[in-house]
Amino acid sequence: MNVKLRVWRQKGPQTAGQFVGYEAKNINPNMSFLEMLDVVNEDLTKRGQEPIAFDHDCREGICGMCSCVINGEPHGPEYKVATCQTYMRSFHDGETITVEPFRAKAFPLIKDLVVDRTAFDRVIQAGGFVSVSSGSAPDGNAILVPKPDADLAMDAAACIGCGACVAACKNASAMLFVAAKVSHLNLLPQGKPEKDRRVLAMVTQMDEEGFGACTVTGSCEAVCPKGISLNFIAKMNRDYFGALFKAGPKPAAAAEA
Amino acid sequence: MNILLRLFTSSLGKKFLMALTGAGLFLFVIGHLVGNLQVFLGPESINRYGHFLQTTPEILWPSRIGLLAFVIIHIWTSISLTLENRTARVTGYEVKELVAASTASRTMIWSGLIIFAFVCFHLAHYTLLVVHPEFRDLQDAHGRHDIYQMLVLGFSSYWVSGFYVLSIGLLCIHLSHGTSAMFQSLGLKNAEYACAIDRFAKVVAVLIFLGYISIPIAVLAGVVK
Repeated sequence: MNVKLRVWRQKGPQTAGQFVGYEAKNINPNMSFLEMLDVVNEDLTKRGQEPIAFDHDCREGICGMCSCVINGEPHGPEYKVATCQTYMRSFHDGETITVEPFRAKAFPLIKDLVVDRTAFDRVIQAGGFVSVSSGSAPDGNAILVPKPDADLAMDAAACIGCGACVAACKNASAMLFVAAKVSHLNLLPQGKPEKDRRVLAMVTQMDEEGFGACTVTGSCEAVCPKGISLNFIAKMNRDYFGALFKAGPKPAAAAEA
Repeated sequence: MNILLRLFTSSLGKKFLMALTGAGLFLFVIGHLVGNLQVFLGPESINRYGHFLQTTPEILWPSRIGLLAFVIIHIWTSISLTLENRTARVTGYEVKELVAASTASRTMIWSGLIIFAFVCFHLAHYTLLVVHPEFRDLQDAHGRHDIYQMLVLGFSSYWVSGFYVLSIGLLCIHLSHGTSAMFQSLGLKNAEYACAIDRFAKVVAVLIFLGYISIPIAVLAGVVK
């Protein structure tokens, strides 16, 4: 199959960018979208032109490195897949495909389709540590975790931190990401000791990074390659206000510090 | 950290305040509707109700001050968040696909601001009586302010009724999203009843719409005269 591409090309953060048209010819419909870009780049390199810069790593939908807004949708038209697992058979022959980088002030553009998503890393770092015993191996049954809780925590932990939620949101809000990261520890007994501190710190960091707020449009959930539920945002809100309102008497040691 | 500071400065805090005041205003919308629907019971009922409210400052003024505070907080948080949200994306997309986002959810600020403009007119029309000062002199047989007559005269104008129906329509759209988003922002939503809340929001929005517009339509149709 043949497709026409309109790709955002921008040399660096400070230079102006524009859309450039390319033709991808003799594409196997079973190639992934990234493999199609590889073919285009090989051709560009052969002709002595600068290849299109795009993020990728594992190419099996678990690392969260690939991005791109394809025809207006982060990770392309398919449901619950990342760009690396979007296949060319999802497009029709002769189609013009517009490829743009994720757009958010908190995700500054580095080059072409590559954006800097370290804001997410800083949000996770703000979450801080988890209290674990560091002596000999703990007894496997010392901490009981109900199966539904473990499963729900796993659903939240499935977030690969790709940033599609931010890219799709009309407010460039990172609530779904932060909610997933807050929830996957807050749901488990191992994460309970720092539960309140964690949610307050991560939300503060999220705001400092310049992400927008949530309007509950549901776009994030719809484009998430891991299908993280909007209900985690409600849970984060619950944890946040719980942490705000339930502050009890403070230990004397904390007052002196 | 200071709880008030967090409530008034963090994104989640502002959403919380918006949802809380939204909940209060939602209850007012229901209460106001129930009061107004007494017009179908005839002049005696609604005039007695109006007289009761106007001559009971212990209820009237706390309600007015409370509503004013709620409106101010609701609008301040919405404008503040909208401005922050706008700056969160400097460069927009060339191709925009509206994935899952309903029209109501994307236009909350505009439906809200138009409703606010309507509320200002509505207050000038029926409460401050500056649009029709002659409404002040309407009195019923018991010497009470004749709210029934005022309502019939006011809604006899196609312009007034048209703007009213349009604004209530926007209120319906605003609430169809706002009522369910309110539960989300307060953290009172989970997988068990998320669907029920979403449906509740839409059904209540339509009921509120039908309830309110029944009054100008009844006046224009000559049912209430």
